[in-house]
Order: sequence, then structure tokens, then C-alpha cells
Amino acid sequence: MRSAVIVFPGSNCDRDLAVAFETVTGAKPAMIWHRDTDLPADIDLIGVPGGFSYGDYLRSGAMAARSPVMQAVAKAADRGAYVLGICNGFQVLTESGLLPGALLRNAGGHFVCRDVALTVENAQSAFTSRYDAGETVTYPVAHHDGNYFADAATLDRLEGEGRVALRYAEGVNGSARNIAGILNETGNVLGMMPHPERVIEAAHGKTDGRRLFEGLVEGLMTRA
Amino acid sequence: MKARIFVTLKGGVLDPQGKAIHHALEGLGFGGVNDVRAGKLIELDLADGTSDEDIDAMCRKLLANTVIENYRIEKVA
Repeated sequence: MRSAVIVFPGSNCDRDLAVAFETVTGAKPAMIWHRDTDLPADIDLIGVPGGFSYGDYLRSGAMAARSPVMQAVAKAADRGAYVLGICNGFQVLTESGLLPGALLRNAGGHFVCRDVALTVENAQSAFTSRYDAGETVTYPVAHHDGNYFADAATLDRLEGEGRVALRYAEGVNGSARNIAGILNETGNVLGMMPHPERVIEAAHGKTDGRRLFEGLVEGLMTRA
Repeated sequence: MKARIFVTLKGGVLDPQGKAIHHALEGLGFGGVNDVRAGKLIELDLADGTSDEDIDAMCRKLLANTVIENYRIEKVA
């Protein structure tokens, strides 16, 4: 199994995500710089990390979404590779059109940095298979632009198709229908604002995020 | 040739920045401000003969996120 983490100028969760991938896969992910135009041909899992890519210039994730490497990410997603975008990575995925909607400034205007309770809405996806539907988990969030927005028709479609993977169980940032994470149509791309990679080992104080990564590996093993 | 691109949030899209500006104006004692919406102005210095289609494509592909924003192009001689 081959994994990769994309690195933009201003990414700051890339190494945390790399540690999470290595912890569950046993192999170091390839670290792919934003100017690279190619990913390993047999790539199975791509992480788009949190941070402040390109200093959040223009809009969060806007510049990163147009960087050369994202074309390669879109191609890999097309052929079924798993793509996990966390925080700024979620913003990059919406800006690049791999996921619908947009992430607006938090409704309260404040940067929110704390643990939040989430409900696992869809436990059938590759990303959430190790959780139970309706289960409450706690991940940290740390963002200024996490207020998910999409028109009503898009929101209805996401809900109807089971593509709301995670929902905030409390008010966090004003997100439409409390959406914290969504899947693409084919279920192999997940964007989420909370940080599962920050809660994978006992030293983190919580391990709620670990099963997300374990489920992914399990899915890849059974798919191979 | 120069063009000014005005990027504004669509109606119904929450604008916390506009709200904060509104509160600050009220704090300064300015009454009668019903609402404030903040946007962006992007000035482009373009080669003469740049087509309208190209300028529009720049807006659609990068300068504005049309999920949440509108844009208006103003060409300056």
C-alpha cells in the first residue's frame, strides 16, 4: 500500500498526518511538494493536510487548489484512490471542486481551537467503517474558516445520499446543518474540518481518531 | 489596460467581517447604518488586447469562488 501527504507552503499538519499514516500502514508516506506534477502511479491513499497554505491568500485553500499537484490528486481520486482532506485540506478540496460547497469564515468571527463532539452519521464509508453509526467521538478543531456552506439543493442531496460523514454534536462554527465532514459521490474522497490525526495515540490524551486511519487501511487491504 | 474586479459575497452568505465593521461603526456613534457587506477589489494590469473572455475566465477560475461570491469586471482605460 502506498500513501502520500501533499505539502504546500504554509501546511503545518503535514508531519502529524504523515505520522498517522505511518502508524497504521507501517510505511512512511511519500511527501509530495505542491509543485510536483506526478504522484506515485500506484498511490492508494493521499492526505491533504491542515495549515494555512499560501497564507490563506485570496481565500482559504484557493491558491493550493490551483497548484500543479492538485491535478494529479484529482486524477488519482478519479481512479479510486482515497483522498483525505483535513481542515485546510478540506478547504483545498472544495476549492478544487473535488467536493461541493465552500468553507466560510466561522459564524462567530472567532478562531475556534478546542475539542468538539462529533456524531458519525455514515459508518459505511471507507473512512468511517470502524465506527458505529450514531456514535459520538471527540476530535480537536482549530480553524477560522470552517463554516460549511452549500445551497439547499446541494445540502439535501448530500444528506439524501449519505454523504454527510460527520456532524458536529454541538455548535462550533455555524456550519450548515452542523456538517463537519462530507464525502464525494463515489465515497473515496472525504473532507473534514476536525483533526483525527491529532488523537491517535495515548500520549495525545485521546485515541478517537485512530480508527479512521485503521478503517482506511483495512478497506485498502480488502480492496487489493 | 487595467481592469478592476469587484468580488462580493452573494446575498444570504454570512459575512462576519461585515458584521464586525457594522458594530464598529455603531460603536463610533454612526447611526442609520442598516447593514455592511465587505468584499474585495482586485486590480489587474493587463496587456492591451486581453479579451473580455479571458478576464471573465480569470474571475471564474480563480479570483472569485462562484459558490459563494459574485464578481463584476470594470475596465479602466
